[in-house]
Amino acid sequence: MAPHRPFPVFSRILHWTMAVLVLAMLFIGIGMVSSVSAYHQLVAIHKPLGILVLVLVAIRLVNRLVNPPPPLPEGMPPWQRFAALGSHVLLYVLMFAVPIVGWAMLSAARYPVVLYGALQLPPIMPQNPELFAVLRETHTVLALLLFATFLAHFGAALMHALIFRDDVFPSMTFWGLRNERADGTSGDRDARAQVAATPALAKSE
Amino acid sequence: MAKDPAASSQRYRLPSLSDKGALVRLAAIGASVLAIAVCFAFVGGWLSPGRLGEARFIDRFEEVNGGAHPGFRRNHAKGVCIAGSFDSNGQGVRLSKAAVFAPGHVPVTGRFSLAGGQPHVADGPTAVLAMALRLRPPAGQEWRTAMIDIPVFLVRNGEGLYEQLLATQPDPKTGQPDPAKMAAFTAAHPEFLPAMQLVKSTPLPSGFANATFNGLNAFRFVNTSGAVTPVRWSMAASDPFTPETPEQAKNPDKNYLFDDFIARVARKPVQWHLLVTIGQQGDVTSDPTLPWPADRERVDVGTLTINHVETEAPGNCRDINFDPLVLPAGIEPSDDPILSARSATYSQSFTRREGEKKTPSAVQVPVGKGS
Repeated sequence: MAPHRPFPVFSRILHWTMAVLVLAMLFIGIGMVSSVSAYHQLVAIHKPLGILVLVLVAIRLVNRLVNPPPPLPEGMPPWQRFAALGSHVLLYVLMFAVPIVGWAMLSAARYPVVLYGALQLPPIMPQNPELFAVLRETHTVLALLLFATFLAHFGAALMHALIFRDDVFPSMTFWGLRNERADGTSGDRDARAQVAATPALAKSE
Repeated sequence: MAKDPAASSQRYRLPSLSDKGALVRLAAIGASVLAIAVCFAFVGGWLSPGRLGEARFIDRFEEVNGGAHPGFRRNHAKGVCIAGSFDSNGQGVRLSKAAVFAPGHVPVTGRFSLAGGQPHVADGPTAVLAMALRLRPPAGQEWRTAMIDIPVFLVRNGEGLYEQLLATQPDPKTGQPDPAKMAAFTAAHPEFLPAMQLVKSTPLPSGFANATFNGLNAFRFVNTSGAVTPVRWSMAASDPFTPETPEQAKNPDKNYLFDDFIARVARKPVQWHLLVTIGQQGDVTSDPTLPWPADRERVDVGTLTINHVETEAPGNCRDINFDPLVLPAGIEPSDDPILSARSATYSQSFTRREGEKKTPSAVQVPVGKGS
């Protein structure tokens, strides 16, 4: 069996950077449409930050192909494996889709997509009111779905960290698996303790 | 390395009820997820129904206009599209680096409208006239502005406008606003009555062509060296001012203001001068109900020429949101809270109407008459 390993450092940096950005974007997005006084300042952050998320998720997808994530721990039941795979696919799809739909909807309405000062993006859709209306609604629905998927992801990460107590959570932190890798053993802490306490198992190793 | 697969998969079961520590941790996980969801709901306004968001604001516009008029703007519902150009004389360059102020010719599209949410309201002597413009320099960022023909705005923040809509709504029985509601409103918004006095003391123009349109809100111009100037702007008519007369109201044509303008453009293009008023230290930028002193320097930065009028149709001014905060680099919002409120509510109105079935505009430009 391959020894457990953490995510590559670059992957972990991308993960935590985007975690902060995506969560901030979701809160800014829901906040700006619910307050006329904060609207403008929030929308002025929302647009460039959304494009930054789009750029980062593209880098992240390439990085994932170049630096594959560690395998899921052995023993995870199939339904949990399926849920893990499905929620990650969904997170990636939504991290692409929400900003692209945002850009597209602004394009269909002929709003300029200003990033900063004179720097702005070209439209990616023809001007079309019906298309705008559909994309505007889609942007909200997908963003809410992204928030729900984030909550599931967050809850699942804590389950791995506090209940299952396997390598999944430490493999994404900056302090988790380093010492355990140094001794060349698996990061599977409970199993190791079990091995040490059971001479029969220790022998069979 | 061998491991007991059964022991390994054991850990992926939920903890048993006897494992108190694990149950506490499980509860903590649930509480953490719930806490984030509650924060999200709070920021989204679901836990504070009193907060003034754009949807509630536009609901009020619909409420005071006898319900939604699908496909039309929730305010400035009645209008017509205009087009022409802006010829910048270069005088604005020292104030703002926006491309629109560089000497040259800028294509312009826009819209004339009446304030109010009734798309088929009859033109009348008390109508507030509005000019919305979209200036698109060939190279550089576009600028949108929406102006009206009264000298000041009537309230100083979004809440004020939200309450004004209901307080000033005529009672169906008397045709006048409810005095009790008005008294409560003017007490809560003391800026309203003085601003209303200013509006009433300013004569109204007889039509769009001789109306001077005011941006009302303050903005900040930023030039190439980074110097910031507080400004307000107006489009001052080149046609001589003639006041609105009571006779005009007797005109059987429900669209006489628009039809007069269509006829006027057919004779000759109509022109305005863009006058930028320069604010000085101490001039209030956060309150559009307060005029700046009359002696402030005004810079004529160019001439607007409108030579074309057309009926609202797919893809023209009908489908543009004249959001006053679509600004190029070189023009920035001031600290006036009305600006953000306008941007938010225009956006909500636009989102609603763009998804709705459209019906023809009240103002129809006869074929061949738009120049």
